[in-house]
Amino acid sequence: MAFAAFGGPGAAAAATAEPAPLRKGWIAIGLLAPGLAYLLLFFLAPLVSLLLTSLQVAPEGAGKGEYVPGLEWGNYAQVIAAYWPHILRSLGYALIATVLALVIGYPIAYFIGVTARRWPLVQALSLTLVIAPFFISFLLRTLAWKQLLGDNSWIAQTLHGLGWLPASENIVGTPFSVVFGLTYNFIPFMVLPIYASLERLDRRYLEAGNDLYAGPSTTFWRVTLPLSMPGVVSGTLLTFIPASGDYINASQIYLGSPQTAMVGNVIDRTFLESQQYPVAAALSALLMGIILVIVAIYVRRSGTEELL
Amino acid sequence: MRLSLGRWLLPLYVVLAFVFLVTPIVHVVIYSFNGSRRNNSIWNGWTLDNWLNVCDAQGICEAFGTSVGVGVVATFIATVLGTLLAIALGRYRFRGRGTTSLLLFLPMATPEVVLGAGLAAQFLAVGVPKGFWTIVIVHALFCLSFVVVTVKARVASLDPALEEAGRDLYGSGSQVFWRVTLPLLTPGIVAAALLSFALSFDDFIITKFNAGQVTTFPLWIYTKKTPPAEANVIASAIFVLAIVAVVVVQVVAAARRKRLGIVP
Repeated sequence: MAFAAFGGPGAAAAATAEPAPLRKGWIAIGLLAPGLAYLLLFFLAPLVSLLLTSLQVAPEGAGKGEYVPGLEWGNYAQVIAAYWPHILRSLGYALIATVLALVIGYPIAYFIGVTARRWPLVQALSLTLVIAPFFISFLLRTLAWKQLLGDNSWIAQTLHGLGWLPASENIVGTPFSVVFGLTYNFIPFMVLPIYASLERLDRRYLEAGNDLYAGPSTTFWRVTLPLSMPGVVSGTLLTFIPASGDYINASQIYLGSPQTAMVGNVIDRTFLESQQYPVAAALSALLMGIILVIVAIYVRRSGTEELL
Repeated sequence: MRLSLGRWLLPLYVVLAFVFLVTPIVHVVIYSFNGSRRNNSIWNGWTLDNWLNVCDAQGICEAFGTSVGVGVVATFIATVLGTLLAIALGRYRFRGRGTTSLLLFLPMATPEVVLGAGLAAQFLAVGVPKGFWTIVIVHALFCLSFVVVTVKARVASLDPALEEAGRDLYGSGSQVFWRVTLPLLTPGIVAAALLSFALSFDDFIITKFNAGQVTTFPLWIYTKKTPPAEANVIASAIFVLAIVAVVVVQVVAAARRKRLGIVP
């Protein structure tokens, strides 16, 4: 399947097929050099730039966006003091969205990867449906939710009518709608890697569990889930990471309000509007650092080494 | 009894989940036929006008063209570099292989806003004016890792015996590569290219940081409080094309499997 890309259907095969021993080393170098040079120039160098920018200082009487190189570690303290709610909010929203996407996405992946194996057509159609949101503009589908959940929408009216939502309150602009949008937008990133690992699951393991008098739920918790853990790990990372940095869902013209601003909103505003480059850079570096620590701990805990 | 309930529970759940996934898409497509030209958040009856006069919305077709241009160039760069990296990682064992893998994983572990701000800070520091090419550079960068993952999976599932057979038949190194390895990798490479294009075409956050005065399709949408129906037309058309492409790729792959006698 074309887009079952993440996690990769070959990840297991990679473990069995040992790479050829060191032969024709220069070919390998030739293959690697252009890509690595690109990464060095446009990924590592910018990260260094970001760190340097985060330490810059504004000289006396500087205009908007004018900074000189410096070693102002105080920028970080300042940024944390000013924006810690945004950072916590980002991590919290992303975490909830990731858990929800897992709860919604795992059964879908299981259905496509295991249940629907007998019907290739159903399998292909379902996969196409999962990746369908990729192909409709991210901004427009988020705006579509804004309308669907909007104050005059039938969803909001129904909730008002049932008394589940106080008449004075709306759905759009609340933390709920932001998390809702994040969950929706990242479900495909959750489903695809889990599907990729479930697709390889040998049904005989499930039958063996059954033969050993395990009920369906025991078989699931003791056999299926552990075998699909690599997919779950990549899926949760591919959801959590972009969700924590996203700021479309949380922005005011989409599903959020000033009260739901995430760290991405602050970085966007400070970098592109008020041109407080050190503030934006320090926040970016901080976010990156937090995510790397979380990813490292998570990957080590879950015991999955091969991520790529 | 419990089993039969369970048997129906999962398909039912999945159907509901699909309804959830598809709802906003259907909404976007339906509103591309909205007769209200001023405010596309209010339904005003069906019309085909938006489809017939897409370019009426000022700047939309230029933005669309820019997005296609960026997407094609960035996809080309990412696919070529990524395929080479994937072959190296899948076929050779060398010192620093783990570090290379980690380095390729890192861009995926970097939130878009950090990548965007990082490159923007870099361009600012070096004094490169932002525009078409800076967008291409960033897009190729974030597509690269996805290409490597996709193609590497394909490399790993290649049967080394096929290449050995090529060498046994006196094929030279380059002949084996062009006539055996590359054709076998093609499905993976095509999938990677399609994925790259989709990611590039729809990217907003990284683009916003590095676009300067250039407007891509997502940036154009962002500038409108309520995007006109023409935006929905373009999004819907792209959607239909992409779904057709996915179906074609699947049909071709299925036919190929059948021809080669591979049982899925």
